[in-house]
Amino acid sequence: MAILIDETRRVLVQGITGREGRARTKLMLGMGTNVVCGVTPGKGGQDVDGVPVYNDVAEAIRACGEIDISVVFVPARLVKGAAIEAIEAGVGLVVLVPDRVPVWDAMAVAGCAAGHGSSFVGPNTLGILSPGRGSLGMIGGNAESAKQWFKKGPVGVISRSGGMTSSCAYYIGQAGVGMSTLVHVGGDQVLGLRIPDVALLFEDDPETEAIVIFGEIGGSQEEDLAALMQAGRVTKPVIAYIGGKVAKEGTRFSHAGAIIEGGKGTHAGKVEALTEAGATVVDSFGDLPAATVETLKAAGIAVGR
Amino acid sequence: MTGRSIDVIASIPAKTTIGPSRDRTPKTLGAAWVQEGTPLARLHEYQGKGLLAESGVAIPRGKPCVTPGEARMIAESLGGPCVMKIQAWTTSRKAQGGVVFPETPDEAAEDAERLLQMRIGQFPVEQVLVEERLPIRDELFVSMSIDDAARAPVLLLSLTGGSGVEERAEKVRRLPVDPDEGVDASLVRTIIAGSSIEERFHDGLVDAITAAVRMAREVEARSVEINPLVTTEDGRVIAADSRVTIDDYAVFRHPELGIEIARELDHPPTPLERSAYNIEQADHRGTFYFAKLPTTGADDERPIGFHGAGGGGSMMSMDAVVGAGFTPANFTDTSGNPSSTKVYAAARVILHQAGIVGYFGSGSGVASQEQHHSAYGLAKAFRELGLDIPAVIRLGGNSEDRAVEILESACAGLPAPVVGFKKDDPPARCAERFKDLVSANGEKPWTPRERTFPPFVGSDAAMVFEIGLSDAWKGHVWVDLASCDARATAAVVEHGGGVFKEVDGKPALAIAPDEAHKKDSEMIACEIECARAGAPVVFVDLPIPGVDHVNWGER
Repeated sequence: MAILIDETRRVLVQGITGREGRARTKLMLGMGTNVVCGVTPGKGGQDVDGVPVYNDVAEAIRACGEIDISVVFVPARLVKGAAIEAIEAGVGLVVLVPDRVPVWDAMAVAGCAAGHGSSFVGPNTLGILSPGRGSLGMIGGNAESAKQWFKKGPVGVISRSGGMTSSCAYYIGQAGVGMSTLVHVGGDQVLGLRIPDVALLFEDDPETEAIVIFGEIGGSQEEDLAALMQAGRVTKPVIAYIGGKVAKEGTRFSHAGAIIEGGKGTHAGKVEALTEAGATVVDSFGDLPAATVETLKAAGIAVGR
Repeated sequence: MTGRSIDVIASIPAKTTIGPSRDRTPKTLGAAWVQEGTPLARLHEYQGKGLLAESGVAIPRGKPCVTPGEARMIAESLGGPCVMKIQAWTTSRKAQGGVVFPETPDEAAEDAERLLQMRIGQFPVEQVLVEERLPIRDELFVSMSIDDAARAPVLLLSLTGGSGVEERAEKVRRLPVDPDEGVDASLVRTIIAGSSIEERFHDGLVDAITAAVRMAREVEARSVEINPLVTTEDGRVIAADSRVTIDDYAVFRHPELGIEIARELDHPPTPLERSAYNIEQADHRGTFYFAKLPTTGADDERPIGFHGAGGGGSMMSMDAVVGAGFTPANFTDTSGNPSSTKVYAAARVILHQAGIVGYFGSGSGVASQEQHHSAYGLAKAFRELGLDIPAVIRLGGNSEDRAVEILESACAGLPAPVVGFKKDDPPARCAERFKDLVSANGEKPWTPRERTFPPFVGSDAAMVFEIGLSDAWKGHVWVDLASCDARATAAVVEHGGGVFKEVDGKPALAIAPDEAHKKDSEMIACEIECARAGAPVVFVDLPIPGVDHVNWGER
């Protein structure tokens, strides 16, 4: 198994005829993703790399059958409408790639998803990748590099940074350990699946033996994961690095969610919560691969090399 | 919103008196208060109060001032004891002496003299709010923020307001807020009814609190705080303070707010931050983020220019370079597949900071983006400024081999070393190497300088055409036709990205000038590649407004 994406999931791309939509459809196909159709209003009847294009999500589903996942590549101001369209058409998982989606739009999408029993990832996610099985979004950049960089294995990666999602997986891979799935939850303040939600998916995934977290200052995702560990709902080993140790309060560090406010969301607070919950928290990012290998060995899990 | 250079002082609405507007004609929220230029998405107290007033929440009579004379006039018009507060983004204005209580207009002028000379951190106080002093009975704490776990706003309400309320957590009530419906007024009423506050104030308090939440939705605020919301002896309910932050991603939908820089900083925007923001607005290829960070100016401090790629990778790299004993003078992130032009502009902005002893660039290390575009931009900036402080750039990710080779070979002749690293070089190791290079360079501080132009720029014999990112940001490409022998011409055509063809042994435009106009990044690549091929016959003159001798909107 793996979580969220594998070769069996049927994927739709919204905004497939745009520059990003085209490029990333090609990438996802190259990664083995089952991209069955795309949507761009007014462009129905065209195709992108052999993938048929429809005018709206409902029409695409009528023509192609049930869709498991929609990946959204539309301008930020149109994301809310696109996501709600997919959720209302019955799509169970929506991946919102665009950056700079207004936070009140993200909250509206969250309300709609909750009402329909759907989930979403993002906004501002680089994507999700299960090595050898498929990917969603733009993670990997090109299929050739992605296949070299990311190998199958027992570690699940959850990150608040897109680049660091790839980075965690690459460096741990260099230490001889592969990945079940890499998930970039997105850099924004209001997200669909958060670190604790994804950790619960990894907890239920028989193939995942340990969970690696790239956290950041701001918000409460890391603290909420620690609470799940304390409650015994996440029992697999967790290895974490938290970025932003030197960040001061009140300035936003690129990611919309990366800001310390009112003394909340500090580096120290997150490290403490996770450490108390039994996670291995490394101080230097360079120590993450070795710590992951050690943790797996200590848990009696065979690792390569 | 963009393309204008507005001085903070000039941006204050000069004739507006803060207070309930007499004009009840319908208008867009915010227009009367902040349309003349709000520097940041984080509003000053008086700006937030303006929005509250328009939403029906009463605020004290008063007005911001920028001179002692203005303070005196405002105090005279208020006619009684005043309160004066520096307008600065800090949580402890009172403790820092930034809140005073003058009894007379003369005292107000004296106090203003002192307050307007205060600095909060490195940044001067530019405005002071002068208001009527309120006969306060009760103080409430009201704060709406966004709860990342609930994916919805949350309202914090405490019936005992004032400073330090955040620490008295047991007395703070959390109320859910529906993004569409707002807060449940009956719930607010129940809480207030259970307090010792006199009943005559209950309606006013419920109205003020629900109006503040409605205002937050309307202007798409990320947070609205009123601390305190007060009742007065003369029977009023008044927002005595405010902190409002607009969602910077939604600023495009709110031109009425006049927010000039949709960024959240802890200080007034500096000229470089303004310039960086305008670059970001003019060039949408990828993301460029620049924030000035506090430096102490101490003798043993080693400030550096910091250039990250990707939010998380930048933060991680910053942690690594701080761990090696450096102090970043700035935080910068260029990512999301930025153009060479954008990376060039970012490097120019970073190198406009005097005193930095090195230039450290590093991102996630395994970038999905093609890194050679960044290498072109960096190499151009370093070359034309004759970089004499060490640069260490970690370019790991797609096309990293090509990126490092471009950077190092193009910068080989510079006075200081420029070293590229790849994904298998961990950030801590890059930071150590950087430390060695900076030491070997004697920690020489950088002096911002003019670009060096090759002699053919401006020559009648050279070929020239215009390139541009926006009406306000334009430049020219110069080709040294006189030096174009067969080999140089071949290099120009080969590396020109389809812009050039050979005509009679010399380069000529292969496309229409209006198409060539958009080839800024291709031309930066062409300049560097021709130089690497031993034929430095192309030069892109792309002055950065606010850094070079041009201003946004001036050209």
